[in-house]
Amino acid sequence: MKKTAKRYRIFILLAVINLVILIVAAPIGLKSLQITFNNTIDMLTVIPPIFILLGLLDVWVEREVVIKLMGNNSGFIGAGLAFLLGSVAAAPLYAAFPIAGILLKKGCKFSNIIIFIGAWSTTKIPLLLFETTSMGWQFASIRFIADIFGIAAIAYLTEKILKDKEKASIYHNATLMNIT
Amino acid sequence: MATALVYLVTWLLLIFSLVKDKQKTITAIKKAWKSFENILPQILSIMVIIGILLALLTPATISQLIGNRSGWIGMIIASTIGSIALIPGFVAFPLAAALLEHGAGYMQIAVFISTLMMVGIITIPLEINYFGKKATILRNSMAFAFSYIVAVIIGVFLK
Repeated sequence: MKKTAKRYRIFILLAVINLVILIVAAPIGLKSLQITFNNTIDMLTVIPPIFILLGLLDVWVEREVVIKLMGNNSGFIGAGLAFLLGSVAAAPLYAAFPIAGILLKKGCKFSNIIIFIGAWSTTKIPLLLFETTSMGWQFASIRFIADIFGIAAIAYLTEKILKDKEKASIYHNATLMNIT
Repeated sequence: MATALVYLVTWLLLIFSLVKDKQKTITAIKKAWKSFENILPQILSIMVIIGILLALLTPATISQLIGNRSGWIGMIIASTIGSIALIPGFVAFPLAAALLEHGAGYMQIAVFISTLMMVGIITIPLEINYFGKKATILRNSMAFAFSYIVAVIIGVFLK
């Protein structure tokens, strides 16, 4: 119980701040509560299946398979797969991190994880269609092409800059995180 | 639409898994709950922060800040808002389109959208949980710099 309270302390603090705003400036406080409520409902509709998929992935997909497909020697195919996996996603970025955690645990190459995160954040297919209709095809396609190069560059550089020891500790941390 | 598809796929896989191995499926669901509960405090905090920020930063305010002012100051403001804010894409694009109509420059809008999607200052604590400090800061700062490159490219092509 005490542990739970500690984990949620920032949330509780923020909720109190929101209540104070509600008392001091009712319209703003009310609006923020409404936005928070709507976003939370959105989150609760989008996120549960993703975590179920995560659980299934963890239980059914062998480490060896992930290593073979997206591990250190997976080359271009691994990177392409990471890009596709991120692009078909339809959820906000915060949902990508737990999936990245599982992929780390299963031995996915580090740069492929960063590609996955990059694709998830910016080249999502459903959003791309939306971008095209609201911003025009030129804006959307220039951004999409630039993003492919940018994501690859960021992944490559992150992989290069991080020392082996630092990567090892990230992988080690991932194996500790999802143990039931 | 996309969400419905995700649900469909999830249900199919879940049923398939249940038929093949009941015990494994139960473990999978337990793990799912565990990793969800693991990040729940942070996600709930993020929700409240977004709520407060968006209540303060109305579209009118944002439009005032990066709308008619052009040049690098507008870009800096746009990228700062983009890095902090967490606006879902289906809200951000119509907002961006509206800002363009009200005289905002393509470069400011491009840097705003790119940072909005790739840089997440509010989600940094969550990201650090998984990737550690160094990798997280590297990824976010490179994404920030890259957003400027995209903006310049868009500025060159679209005038």
